[in-house]
Amino acid sequence: DIISTVEFNHSGELLATGDKGGRVVIFQQEQENKTQTHSRGEYNVYSTFQSHEPEFDYLKSLEIEEKINKIRWLPQKNAAQFLLSTNDKTIKLWKISERDKRPEGYNLKEEDGRYRDPTTVTTLRVPVFRPMDLMVEASPRRIFANAHTYHINSISINSDYETYLSADDLRINLWHLEITDRSFNIVDIKPANMEELTEVITAAEFHPNSCNTFVYSSSKGTIRLCDMRASALCDRHSKLFEEPEDPSNRSFFSEIISSISDVKFSHSGRYMMTRDYLSVKIWDLNMENRPVETYQVHEYLRSKLCSLYENDCIFDKFECCWNGSDSVVMTGSYNNFFRMFDRNTKRDITLEASRENNKPRTVLKPRKVCASGKRKKDEISVDSLDFNKKILHTAWHPKENIIAVATTNNLYIFQDKVN
Amino acid sequence: MLGKGVKRKREEEEEEDLTSQDWWLEETTPSPNPEEGASPAPLPPSSLFNLSIFKLHHGLRRGEPDLRHLVLVVNTLRRIQSSMALESSPPEPPCPAPVDPLPVAPDAPLCTSVSALLDDLSHIEGLCDTQTSFSEDIPLSRPPETGLDPGRPAPLGSLELLLEDGLEGLFDDIDTSMYDCELWPNLKTDSGETEDKIQGQGLDVSELDYLMDVLVGTQTL
Repeated sequence: DIISTVEFNHSGELLATGDKGGRVVIFQQEQENKTQTHSRGEYNVYSTFQSHEPEFDYLKSLEIEEKINKIRWLPQKNAAQFLLSTNDKTIKLWKISERDKRPEGYNLKEEDGRYRDPTTVTTLRVPVFRPMDLMVEASPRRIFANAHTYHINSISINSDYETYLSADDLRINLWHLEITDRSFNIVDIKPANMEELTEVITAAEFHPNSCNTFVYSSSKGTIRLCDMRASALCDRHSKLFEEPEDPSNRSFFSEIISSISDVKFSHSGRYMMTRDYLSVKIWDLNMENRPVETYQVHEYLRSKLCSLYENDCIFDKFECCWNGSDSVVMTGSYNNFFRMFDRNTKRDITLEASRENNKPRTVLKPRKVCASGKRKKDEISVDSLDFNKKILHTAWHPKENIIAVATTNNLYIFQDKVN
Repeated sequence: MLGKGVKRKREEEEEEDLTSQDWWLEETTPSPNPEEGASPAPLPPSSLFNLSIFKLHHGLRRGEPDLRHLVLVVNTLRRIQSSMALESSPPEPPCPAPVDPLPVAPDAPLCTSVSALLDDLSHIEGLCDTQTSFSEDIPLSRPPETGLDPGRPAPLGSLELLLEDGLEGLFDDIDTSMYDCELWPNLKTDSGETEDKIQGQGLDVSELDYLMDVLVGTQTL
């Protein structure tokens, strides 16, 4: 099925993917083999479950898609793992737990589960736990529904680990993880008259350390930072991050390509990264008027915007991610290419996620796109790019140089060369 | 247009031998559309405008429109319209050409608000139609069975979605006093007259047909 979200958990041991069919597949990293020091553990399927089912809204006569838009892991507090998964309308809290023992020797039940006649019981015994084959169970613990009129695009867990936010096109709600029957609306940009609607919310995230701070991005290329201590309804931002438009690059499509498709705080909390159609920008939270760094993902597409508008590719929403030390950022592109930018060395690389072109355990060959003029050997011309092969979702292990890259139907896991 | 991995024509290529490293070219299927290999010329604003109208219409026909997509397309329409308004000459006198179903004159004031567009589209295109398949649907070239009919009630589906208040918002649009607002001066008078006026400002039906064919051809690849 089509992968719609990818997320490592806080330790990096687990990797969750969500797909268009409403399923969640969790991969687990093998424990490191002491003898095999040349490679880290591989990821194998750990659990699969159906998170969301298609629903029908009878009032509006609309089908609600089961596609998983986002998954976010909760930090681990006990033996079980918890994650939030959301489709367009409903967020669910799932508990994933292991069972590797089972009780045997009940007094009132036979081994096959049939109940014994109590009158036949003459002696009592204490049931004992015996090992069994590992079973991983996923069960829905909370269902947070009926709080969003528009399509949910983001969920983000607060650093207090008690609350989280969910954002749709026009509103952001704050939830408590224990309370499902109500949420607080903290941002509402719906105009009184829908005729005046010109901007929607595209992504939102809590600050990694300050539990009162969150940001949300818009379709007009702005990011607003809000402080929940200022007021209950955070319609007035504390900071507005926006880069003035470059007049030399103005076109009919300026707004569309400035629309932010993803926003992510750095692990340190000092910076945030935004992804718009052609670039990745790093912002210092202390400076609102322009980003501190800008990386061009596929500038060669700037002259093709008309065609990309025609085939709707210009509306594609690419995500971005930081590595564990905030020194490298990564994002996807077309032709199953993905890009990494090293913030320190200012070097960048383009790689390809493709089964045909890369044998397992071989080093990926850097790719290069030729924008115009003479195409060198090994370069690919812009006109040869396959715009149906897009990498929208990527994730970076929180501690190691292991990345997960999702093409339309496949998940690739790469790690850096270990000597 | 952009090809899905289409190999460029031979005369445009550098002279290189096809080696096994050119696998990415071999893998792809050639596009049936001969235009896709060439570098695209930018579309004129009027074509972009029509394309945007088409996208808006198509977006609204979906079960539940993508609000972000809708807003971005409408905002782009505004830009194109303002650009065309700045460039256009005084309007030509109306001529008895076949009625064009598109509701907009290039020099109309900047007013492509979402619900106004929705309203016009619903009256003209008939969003109540049972057509669901995109590839079968060529609304721009269909002879218009219905003209602008302010009295006809708007269909429930697409309007309701943006009018969160449901029926209340719906009835606002049926209220014909909307057409008295200065934003749409052309629509004040009898519907037949205005259609001719709008048509006279010239969106060529055959040009639209051609554009539609290109788009439908692209979509089915």
